[in-house]
Amino acid sequence: MATVADTHDTHHEHGPAKGWLRWVTTTNHKDIGTLYLTFAFVMFIVGGAMALIIRAELFEPGLQFVDPHFFNQMTTLHALIMVFGAVMPAFAGFANWMIPMMIGAPDMALPRLNNWSFWLLPFAAALLVATLFMEGGAAASGWTLYPPLVLQTGDALPFTIFTVHILGMSSILAAINIIVTIFNMRAPGMTMMRMPMFCWTWLVTAFLLILVMPVFAGAVTMLLTDKFFDTSFFNPAGGGDPVLYQHLFWFFGHPEVYIIILPAFGIISAVIPTFSRKKLFGHNSMVYATCVIAFLSFIVWAHHQFTVGMPVPAELYFMYATMLIAVPTGVKVFNWLATMWKGSMTFETPMLNALGFLVLFVLGGFTGIMMSQAPADFQYHDSYFIVAHFHYVLVGGAVFGIFAGLFYWLPKWTGVMYDEKLGKLHFWLSFISMNVLFMPQHFVGLAGMPRRIPDYAVQFTEFNALSSVGAFIFGVTQLLLGYIVWKAIRGEGEKVDGEVWEGAKDHGLEWNLASPPPYHHSFEGIEIKERD
Amino acid sequence: MTIMHNLKRLVFAFLLSLGGEVAWADYQLNLPVGVTETSRTVYGFHMFALWICVAIGVVVFGVMFWSIYHHRKSRNPVPATFHENAKLEFIWTIIPVFILIALAVPATTALIKIEDTSGSDMTIKVTGYQWKWHYEYLDDGIKFFSSLDEKSNRARQLGSGVDPSSIPNYLLEVDNPLVIPTNKKVRFLFTAADVIHAWWVPDFGWKKDAIPGFVTAGWVKVEKPGVYRGQCAELCGRDHGFMPIVVKAVPQKEYDAWVAQWKQQHESASGGMEGKEWTMEQLMARGKEVYNTHCVSCHQADGSGVPGTFPAIAGSEIAKGDIDAHISIVLEGKGAMPGYGQDENISNEDLAAVITYERNAFGNNTGDLVKPDDIADIR
Ligand SMILES: [Cu+2]
Repeated sequence: MATVADTHDTHHEHGPAKGWLRWVTTTNHKDIGTLYLTFAFVMFIVGGAMALIIRAELFEPGLQFVDPHFFNQMTTLHALIMVFGAVMPAFAGFANWMIPMMIGAPDMALPRLNNWSFWLLPFAAALLVATLFMEGGAAASGWTLYPPLVLQTGDALPFTIFTVHILGMSSILAAINIIVTIFNMRAPGMTMMRMPMFCWTWLVTAFLLILVMPVFAGAVTMLLTDKFFDTSFFNPAGGGDPVLYQHLFWFFGHPEVYIIILPAFGIISAVIPTFSRKKLFGHNSMVYATCVIAFLSFIVWAHHQFTVGMPVPAELYFMYATMLIAVPTGVKVFNWLATMWKGSMTFETPMLNALGFLVLFVLGGFTGIMMSQAPADFQYHDSYFIVAHFHYVLVGGAVFGIFAGLFYWLPKWTGVMYDEKLGKLHFWLSFISMNVLFMPQHFVGLAGMPRRIPDYAVQFTEFNALSSVGAFIFGVTQLLLGYIVWKAIRGEGEKVDGEVWEGAKDHGLEWNLASPPPYHHSFEGIEIKERD
Repeated sequence: MTIMHNLKRLVFAFLLSLGGEVAWADYQLNLPVGVTETSRTVYGFHMFALWICVAIGVVVFGVMFWSIYHHRKSRNPVPATFHENAKLEFIWTIIPVFILIALAVPATTALIKIEDTSGSDMTIKVTGYQWKWHYEYLDDGIKFFSSLDEKSNRARQLGSGVDPSSIPNYLLEVDNPLVIPTNKKVRFLFTAADVIHAWWVPDFGWKKDAIPGFVTAGWVKVEKPGVYRGQCAELCGRDHGFMPIVVKAVPQKEYDAWVAQWKQQHESASGGMEGKEWTMEQLMARGKEVYNTHCVSCHQADGSGVPGTFPAIAGSEIAKGDIDAHISIVLEGKGAMPGYGQDENISNEDLAAVITYERNAFGNNTGDLVKPDDIADIR
């Protein structure tokens, strides 16, 4: 069952190969998009289960379920899996499915590379999970893998580092593919400034990936040589510097935050106009804001290290630079509001999730502004306040963005409307439980609870218990998401036409294709005259 | 704490959060105002930023919900067609800049003041260890370890069956608290012996990383006598959650008395012992103390270790076998265990005592006695 080498050939219509080999050998952007999204969902559940172990242990003071060392392995793997296994692959899935259909291309530019960049992921994930069963357990140093602590990891250390290498390779390959596709395969008339925001945010994200993943890979390789080849990059006894690792890590880590959130911005910029029945307000300034955010993300990294004892001028610089991010981010939020303004809004599940995104992301942004103030950060740093902040941005932002995109394009992919009632139920349960889960973490953090602890003083009990209750509701709700999507994939639901959403034809090329689109779609003869 | 009891408290907390006027039990929603000028500045700053965010939030969410209500399809069937407005976009780019400047100016002054450790009255060197703190008063020559108190330590073991709420200051109590005088500028120098830790007492308004090979600094001038509690804030391994900080701030006179008392005690306890013959009983008593400070968090109070992670001392081949091999492991370390021989904060007496203790406690009963001189020779 060979795959077809020339996927650009749209004259001979042919469907997918039969059997499971289809998924192993596929070079079709839709298949690969589906693979990415499926993988992301599995990892979302695995990483979520780890979070539930954490929240179960934190339900009440005292140690009830796990050893503190295992607890630390859970916090570490939860983060690595959610960031590299769930959120990033989910966005890569959207990119694969949608970018060719949005820019009027028949497929991604480098289909074989595309297959490879996906199939690296399951191996990396399996290796990462396997470290749990190695002598000494998985890495327990937090996802930041700070030395010297991370060097105390047992047999798992080289495997964890190798996992990072594979994940980085996969990301870089995907990023190259996206850049090449966008630069070379746009339909006639699809100028850069006419391109939808989702493509723009992914283009910028792809550049961020190529620029920072090698830095992360380099930093963890230095850990490897410190451990096994007697170098002293981060070992003060040999003239090294543990803080150097932090600078390298956050030079990757801060842009990584935007790698996770920018594609969500793109999805929201597609969903809000469609359901407001208006064009996106300020498309050009959205593009500029995205580029400015990406640029700023490279020059603010040390705001993650305000307490390492940097010189005052450095602290001042990183404080000012960090505050600046609020400006382009504000532009984005205001433009979304202006898009809604005087629109004719309806509130189907994608729109609900987009509005949920807006509320939660803005709340996470507020705590971000507070934390950018170095003197106040001396209190917030490494407390649960931080945990609350980045979960508002990552769950409230990235994950709700993914929900919005999923419900928005799912009917396009499957050809049937998902169960709208269950979709709305999923949104409301997620939205409420997300706040029950993370809102109280602000309070315990301010009251003095450090992050990454398996047990706590009794005055933090109530809010932790509340947070754990929220976590379990949120977790179970995501099984409902799986059920809704499964139903739609099986074709249970009302058949939809190509447009799916009322007036969607004015909001992107993808809505001009049938639902589901042909396995090899074609935009032959199309010419773009104006921006949607 | 039973789950039912917990749920009751939970419901209570939930009702409170709905705006009830019932007194908050012992939990707290906000940053502590604290007991130093710095902590008050930071608190004021935090509240200022919070209110600015609340104000922006009222406007943003106000506009959003107004629009959601009035610009629904059922109320506004025909959408407007505008999608650009350069003036508007310029305004909402520039307004945040002004707000940020309003925040940045006071933050700058506050930051410069907080980081100014000059003109201090005394200096304490703080060293982070897995998982305890070591304090050294550079002016008074006092030094000691400070680790989680025994009651909390027993209660926090997995499946201990002890109700944490029955332990006063659960996880926030230490054997030897740090004592400092009030109304004096006390400078802290931070470093670490193994991995990175962070020293955080919320009532002082800041935290600072303690990094191996680095010296970082901070200072406090505590205005109100009292006991202030905090924790290690940087993930530092298995027992990161179990290395609290307790600071007793007392008036200068009381502080001086404490210093005098400490010196007297330690001269009679260890100073007088130097060169003296130690008896088995003395070594065992001292060894148990040392064991509880340095060894207990991995090897456990009963010497049973943690299977697969930390080896047992009880019945161990090392503790029952060749003495020199035992000494060299303690001095040089192995795997996750640091070499205690390089640590100047641990004396030959301590090492002799703890090795003697390990060879005779937990049913090891070798009858071996290790003298401080034996350690000094190898060290
Ligand atoms: Cu620590």
